[in-house]
Amino acid sequence: MVNTIQTIGRNTLDTLAGIGRALLMLLGAIFSVPNVRKGTPLLIKQLYMVGFLSLIIILVSGLFIGMVLALQGYTVLVDYGAEDSLGPLVALSLLRELGPVVTALLFAGRAGSALTAEIGLMKATEQLTSLEMMAVDPLKRVIAPRFWAGMISMPLLAMIFSAIAILGAHIVGVDWLGVDSGSFWSIMQAQVSFEKDILNGAIKAVVFAFVVTWIALYKGYDCVPTSEGISKATTETVVQSSLAVLGLDFVLTAIMFGA
Amino acid sequence: MNSKKIEILVGFFVSLGIAAIVMLALKVANAGMSGNGDTYSLYAKFDNIGSLKVRSPIKVGGVVVGRVEAINLDPTDYVPVVHMKIATEYSNFTETTSVNILTSGILGEQYLGINPGVLAHKDMNGEDELSEMFGLEEVKVLKDGDFITDTKSALVLEELIGQFLFNQSND
Repeated sequence: MVNTIQTIGRNTLDTLAGIGRALLMLLGAIFSVPNVRKGTPLLIKQLYMVGFLSLIIILVSGLFIGMVLALQGYTVLVDYGAEDSLGPLVALSLLRELGPVVTALLFAGRAGSALTAEIGLMKATEQLTSLEMMAVDPLKRVIAPRFWAGMISMPLLAMIFSAIAILGAHIVGVDWLGVDSGSFWSIMQAQVSFEKDILNGAIKAVVFAFVVTWIALYKGYDCVPTSEGISKATTETVVQSSLAVLGLDFVLTAIMFGA
Repeated sequence: MNSKKIEILVGFFVSLGIAAIVMLALKVANAGMSGNGDTYSLYAKFDNIGSLKVRSPIKVGGVVVGRVEAINLDPTDYVPVVHMKIATEYSNFTETTSVNILTSGILGEQYLGINPGVLAHKDMNGEDELSEMFGLEEVKVLKDGDFITDTKSALVLEELIGQFLFNQSND
């Protein structure tokens, strides 16, 4: 009995301490005075690792998700003679939900896991400690550029995803299934609002970018410095950030588009 | 990999992202058309606006000339007031103009259809041609903030059916 209570207490304290360490790491990374001359090359390197290298998976999956949406939407809409509404159906579901969410999930798998593994190995090989020995703050040198690279690239990736998916839907809907190209675009334009749909989708993407990058960096920075610990941390990054994205998506949708 | 190549690839990535944002804004949402351009406001009272919504199009003969800006209930007589934003290039509507709530297709969206009536055309002397031709009183041009008085409400299916049944029972 006492042992059970003790276990609950220890888990609570561990969780709280973990949240505290994560917050401290984030504060140290965000609120450090940036050094433009030294920081910019580091940021560009990370934008390449995190953003550019994720481009191919985003482009391919966006294209196919748009094509599948158009194909499935068409089979239902054509029964009601409403296949002209394929444009708004695809555009709204992509901009509001699928764009930010699927991008965040792919981003967690492609870039988040890589961040965790990289920082975890740095910790295991005592590179982070060595940096501190040389009076270089690892939060500034290692964490901050990766954090900002994630914050910049993920919203861009989400926008690219939505755009390429709408083009994919156009390929299937208009060129293959024969929806009229003019009504595909014009009904879409009449239904999609820039402030309500695109901007809210972008806000979602920024929130997801923050959550995924933060979890990935923290898991790497806080991992047990063994090969087993790194593998566990990488798994936790993908699982926890995916769950956080899906849960947060419901909350954000309820706030943005709810009653 | 040298840093120049990385910079080029990152530049490519960022410009691709910006191109996607521009494409979404202009091609998908058409933010350029609805936000910009000079407009002026007209108001109209209806008995019933049906399912007319904010941002519904305002059309003359099928051509979009503006959008519904706001729909409110008049606080004194409890009648819906529709605030219309119309492009300034179409500013010749006179007080003979009427406005109806119409439906595109059987199940489509509702929109405002403006029937322009007599338009204000100035001839070279700046005098109103119509008043010369027909000897009418000067036809007043609607200005920013004016009300269109001649309005026809949305058709509500239940009321139509109710009327039909009422007429049937009278026969």
